[in-house]
Formats: sequence, C-alpha cells, structure tokens
Amino acid sequence: MAKKIPQINASSMADISFLLLIFFLVTTSMDVNQGLARRLPAPIPPDQKIEDKDINKRNLLVVKINSANQLMVQGQLMDVKQLRERAKEFIKNESNADYYPKVFEEDFGAPFGVVKYTKDHVISVQNDVDTQYQAYLDVQNELVAAYNELREECAQKYFHKAYNELEEDQQKQIQKIYPQKISEAEPKNYGN
Amino acid sequence: MAKIRRNEKREMPALNTSSLPDIIFMLLFFFMSVTSMKEVTYKVQFKNPQATELTKLEKKSLVRYIYVGTPTAEFRKQYGAETRIQLDDAFAETKEIGEYIVNERSSMKESDQGLMTVSIKADKETRMGIIADIKQELRRAYALKISYAATQRTSY
Repeated sequence: MAKKIPQINASSMADISFLLLIFFLVTTSMDVNQGLARRLPAPIPPDQKIEDKDINKRNLLVVKINSANQLMVQGQLMDVKQLRERAKEFIKNESNADYYPKVFEEDFGAPFGVVKYTKDHVISVQNDVDTQYQAYLDVQNELVAAYNELREECAQKYFHKAYNELEEDQQKQIQKIYPQKISEAEPKNYGN
Repeated sequence: MAKIRRNEKREMPALNTSSLPDIIFMLLFFFMSVTSMKEVTYKVQFKNPQATELTKLEKKSLVRYIYVGTPTAEFRKQYGAETRIQLDDAFAETKEIGEYIVNERSSMKESDQGLMTVSIKADKETRMGIIADIKQELRRAYALKISYAATQRTSY
C-alpha cells in the first residue's frame, strides 16, 4: 500500500493573503494619474530681443480671468460654460465674419480636398496672480475641449471614425487643420 | 417504526475554506492592478481640481511630480499655512525646481530624456501666481511637457 501523504494544512493561507491584501490597500492610492496635458513654449534666449508679434486683431481671442475668477472674453463677461461654444465659433469662423480670424483655403490632399481653415488664430489666456487654480484649469479645459470637439467632428466627417481610432498620420493631418494655439501671458495684477 | 433520536448530538460539518485563499488572492490582484503606489509621503495637502479633457500619464518612469499646497498639520508650526512646493520628499523653493528637473533628467536614459513629463499636482484653491512661477521655471529648464493633475468632473 502506498504511503499516504499527509495533507498540508492550508488554513493559514487565507490569513497570509489577507495580510498581503491589507498591505497593498494601505500603501497604494486609488487615484489614477491623469491630467490635462499641455505644452509650454520654449524659453526665449536671453540675447534675443522680444519682438512684438504683430497679430491682427481679428485673429485674436482674448480670454481674461480676474482675481474673483470672473471670465471676460473679448471685453464681455461670460460664463465658463459658454466658452467652449464661443471658442469653436471663433476657430471655425464658418460665417466668414470679418471680426473672426481670416479664413484660408488650402488643399490638404485626399480625403480632405480643399478645406477652409483659420491658420493664424490665437487664443490668448491672461490671468491674474490671484486667480484660483481651479478657475484657470476650467478655462484651459474648455479651450482644449473646443479643439478636441472640432477635431472629432473633422475625423467623423472625413474618416467616419473617432479621432483617437485614427492612424497617427491621419491625426497629424487633422491637427494641421485645427492647430492648437493657446498662448498664455504671464499673470498680471489687474486689481479688482 | 420511527426512531426517536434523543441524545445523539448533531455535529455541524466543518466549513470547507480551501477556496478562501483563492478569493482573497483575486481581490489582492484586483487591487494591485487598479491602484498605484504612492510616490512619496505628502508633506503638503492638496485636493485635485476637476476637468473633463483628461489624458492618462502613461510611462511612470518618465513622470516627475511637483506638489503644491498648504503644509500638513504636523508641518504647519514650522512652515506656516502658506502655499508651499514639495519636490520628492522635501519642501522646496521655486528656484530649486530648475536644478531638480536637470538632475532628474540626467538620471534618465538618454532616449527618454526628451519624453519627460512634469505633472503639477496643485490644490484647487492655489493662487495662480505660484503656478505661473513654476511654469516659468519649467520653461527655463526645458521641461516643456507638463500635465495639470486633475480628476474627472462628473457634473458641473
């Protein structure tokens, strides 16, 4: 008769794995690392003179946030929720209005063909030293959302696909049509 | 004929717990995959702002963090309640950021150096003055890829 191997007592296994579980619960944090990705402009070399770039007034959308977190777009008080629509309108300029940026027509090749776009538009965000971070981020978020929505529309129109499902060079083409141009001035003290 | 049992004690059968470790391990793996290790012990406290257009930070080895917030209770006596910056495990001044970035970058692989991302984890109540200073400092150090850490907004 074969010798019977005594069964290993595995009842403490549960305790060990519980211990491990609790250790991981304590040392880890639930929050995933996500954020609003932005790119800073390269620094200006100290020997280079700061040139005042002549930007046509119609190509510029000025967004100001004051110390009380109020938003002013082109001299008008505005709610953050309306900013996205306003920015989209500004970037597209479908009506070819003369107070919105100049519309250029350019052939982007298949499948785009000739596309009307505003290549010189700039959105300038100015904030106060005392502006709250959340208010600033709200504005940044809405502007990035405006670009994302436009790119999404473009992807649906020409490729019938979602933007983030496209190939990399297709995304680059769309980025050329809707280049992200958000310029940030250093904060000033506007008072208030 | 029915037999009346009287003094026979009915014993409860032992519960089979052999699958318990498996279940716990499953839980353990779940938590290991959805959570991330704390990078440092926080000396400042901050509540992330909210946003909707979020992207995930992909490679953790390429990300460096700058924490901005008010010192936690145990450091408040020493450092006051003003907004402070934390780099790695210590409080830092704004002008130390440049050096920190350069040091961190040189410790990376050469192929990765251009891909470094700086994540700014700041409290939502922070004033923009200090954030702007940090941004200027990052520009000077050529750390141009940044990410404003935020949580997903669920409603306005």
